[in-house]
Amino acid sequence: MKSEHLPIIEVKDLYVNFYTYAGVVKAIDGVSFTIYRGETYCLVGETGCGKSVTAKSLTKLIRPPGRIEKGQVLYYREPGKEPIDLLGLSEEELRRIRGAEISYIFQDPSASLDPLYNIGYQISETMYDHGLISSIKEGFLKAVDILKSVLMPDPETRVKNYPHELSGGMKQRAVIGISLSNNPRLVIADEPTTALDATVQDQIMDLLKKLKKEKNLTVLLITHNMGLVADMCDRVAVMYAGRIVEEADIYELFKNPLHPYTKALLKAVPNPVKKIDKLESIPGTVPNLIYPPPGCRFHPRCQYAMEKCKSERPPEIWVSSTHRVSCWLYS
Amino acid sequence: MKCMSTPLVKVVDLKKYFPVKGIFFTKGYVKAVDGVNFEIYKGKTLGLVGESGCGKTTVGKLVLRLLKPTSGKALFEGKDIFKLRGKELKEFRKKAQMVFQDPYSSLNPRMTIFDTIYEPIKIYKIKVSDPEKFVVELLYRVGLNESHLYRYPHEFSGGQRQRIAIARILALNPEFIVLDEPTSALDVSVQAQILNLLKDLQKKMDLTYLFISHDLGVVRYMSDYIAVMYLGQIVEYGPAEEVFEKPLHPYTKALFSAIPIPDPEITRKREKLRVPGEPPSPINPPSGCRFHPRCPFRQEICNREEPEFIEYEKGHYVKCHLYSRK
Ligand SMILES: Nc1ncnc2c1ncn2[C@@H]1O[C@H](COP(=O)(O)OP(=O)(O)OP(=O)(O)O)[C@@H](O)[C@H]1O
Ligand SMILES: Nc1ncnc2c1ncn2[C@@H]1O[C@H](COP(=O)(O)OP(=O)(O)OP(=O)(O)O)[C@@H](O)[C@H]1O
Ligand code: SF4
Ligand SMILES: [Mg+2]
Ligand SMILES: [Mg+2]
Repeated sequence: MKSEHLPIIEVKDLYVNFYTYAGVVKAIDGVSFTIYRGETYCLVGETGCGKSVTAKSLTKLIRPPGRIEKGQVLYYREPGKEPIDLLGLSEEELRRIRGAEISYIFQDPSASLDPLYNIGYQISETMYDHGLISSIKEGFLKAVDILKSVLMPDPETRVKNYPHELSGGMKQRAVIGISLSNNPRLVIADEPTTALDATVQDQIMDLLKKLKKEKNLTVLLITHNMGLVADMCDRVAVMYAGRIVEEADIYELFKNPLHPYTKALLKAVPNPVKKIDKLESIPGTVPNLIYPPPGCRFHPRCQYAMEKCKSERPPEIWVSSTHRVSCWLYS
Repeated sequence: MKCMSTPLVKVVDLKKYFPVKGIFFTKGYVKAVDGVNFEIYKGKTLGLVGESGCGKTTVGKLVLRLLKPTSGKALFEGKDIFKLRGKELKEFRKKAQMVFQDPYSSLNPRMTIFDTIYEPIKIYKIKVSDPEKFVVELLYRVGLNESHLYRYPHEFSGGQRQRIAIARILALNPEFIVLDEPTSALDVSVQAQILNLLKDLQKKMDLTYLFISHDLGVVRYMSDYIAVMYLGQIVEYGPAEEVFEKPLHPYTKALFSAIPIPDPEITRKREKLRVPGEPPSPINPPSGCRFHPRCPFRQEICNREEPEFIEYEKGHYVKCHLYSRK
């Protein structure tokens, strides 16, 4: 799955702040991770933990009042070759990469589609912009093929439809079609099915799995849904309050979670195939990131917190070659 | 399912059609709820599941008489709630309450927590000797305390606001509560707190719940009975464990298999029933069985005749031609 562990993206020590009236939101606080070619890597965590900001930072999509303060995003365009630091590129250079080599699928398909143009035109336009086709007309023919590849029902008709004429699931198929039209190397899917119904979500996830296999895509999947994580990912990073607290191979994480937050989170998710007598809950709430707790950001809610946890940031501890955790219990 | 007692809530062939307005006259009807039957026994929870727009909220509002039905009956303690008047209606309004999904919009931002919780007491002119003590007691019951009394909703997190909304309802000492997606706006860690609180209150106060959700994990955790809705109709109904372990209706099976299980070993290996397409519009629902255009087991009869809602096994009901000839 991990095609000999060749990295495609290496995020190093990323820091992102938002300068709001209420104060400086320390949204991303030293996040590092590597995505390997051909894998599905997952960022999971609760509202506001920094998943979307991380995803957007990869191609500098952070707009004021946000600012990337520090860090590198190394992009290995060709396997084994020297990487480029995306954060060092100009907006013009990034625009060429975005949508062509690295593309996004966001939660709300309506927001990604232009209500004034039909689907065929929108697919063609993306391809035209990146020089894959010589005319919009040529694009229309390709667009039908693309809609077929995302299993859009009745693609010859749908290609002429406007967004409002499509159901939620069809819109998301169209968005996926657009984002795959340039054969990207990395697809960043930020909660791609959160707005959809269960049976439609399942269809879209099946589609992503199928396309991934066919096109040897690398996927960064962002979700708060532990079920989707279990179903889709090869490796997963658990985020809490702007930091990655644990990262592991998917089977390892569910079998042997180490971080107290991960453990608690897994016990708080009601499992539909098991009879559960009592769910475990985590006391308290997610902290305000203008005044994040010092030391380990989870310490005010952690039942194992020690003195050290309240003042010193826990280091990244590799407990095996595929499993790291940031918690003083393991040092 | 059938205890000797009568159910606290009973719904008989309930229908709610919303008119779709054209320029001059009504163009048609959204058949939001189209012939629904169920019972809820005292102290129990009925979980109502189904995808967006299938009519869950409309059912919830109907059984509280927040909407007028097009036809059908809803009985509370044996009496048709749509026929209640005067004092009886007022009593019903106190006993039957609703908690909404969005804890942000259900509280008045300009009212302190004390006023918010005490307001229903004033509306119903209930005599309370020490209002502050009364409210503090309620706050404790939902896991808050006196330090929260004179603060405003914006100072609280989503989970805390949902606790406040619950305290407000408990002030009236209700018997029956419709919980409409009470935790869908909350994070998992906080969701677990609220679900546990609701279970706890149910046990202590012998509350009866209609629990509406599209999250099957949550519904399984909360419910004694399950009703599965599709396009305005209940297609399956029965004891929770039985419906989860042995679902009958093709839609129930499809819905259950579409939910990813938070366990990679299980979720990747299990057999799934995949169905194509999306739920059609409730304005012109499909003929016969409403699920037939998406159903992998459809037979010739399915698009012609509407299947009956039959008791296939004791207490376990299903609306599907595959089962009607037992
Ligand atoms: N434009 C902004 N202005 C101020 N703060 C922001 C802005 N965008 C994000 N943040 C803050 O950055 C943090 C991370 O937000 P982010 O959107 O990445 O969360 P998320 O993990 O994607 O959450 P969700 O699951 O709700 O999508 C949050 O605390 C949020 O309040
Ligand atoms: N006041 C109204 N006027 C017209 N149509 C309505 C009204 N209220 C609901 N509907 C329609 O009735 C159907 C059922 O709506 P309802 O809100 O009960 O669904 P639901 O199952 O609660 O959905 P969700 O899971 O999205 O909350 C929908 O098609 C909806 O658009
Ligand atoms: S009645 Fe027919 S179409 Fe409907 S669910 Fe059963 S088999 Fe499928
Ligand atoms: Mg997000
Ligand atoms: Mg609803």
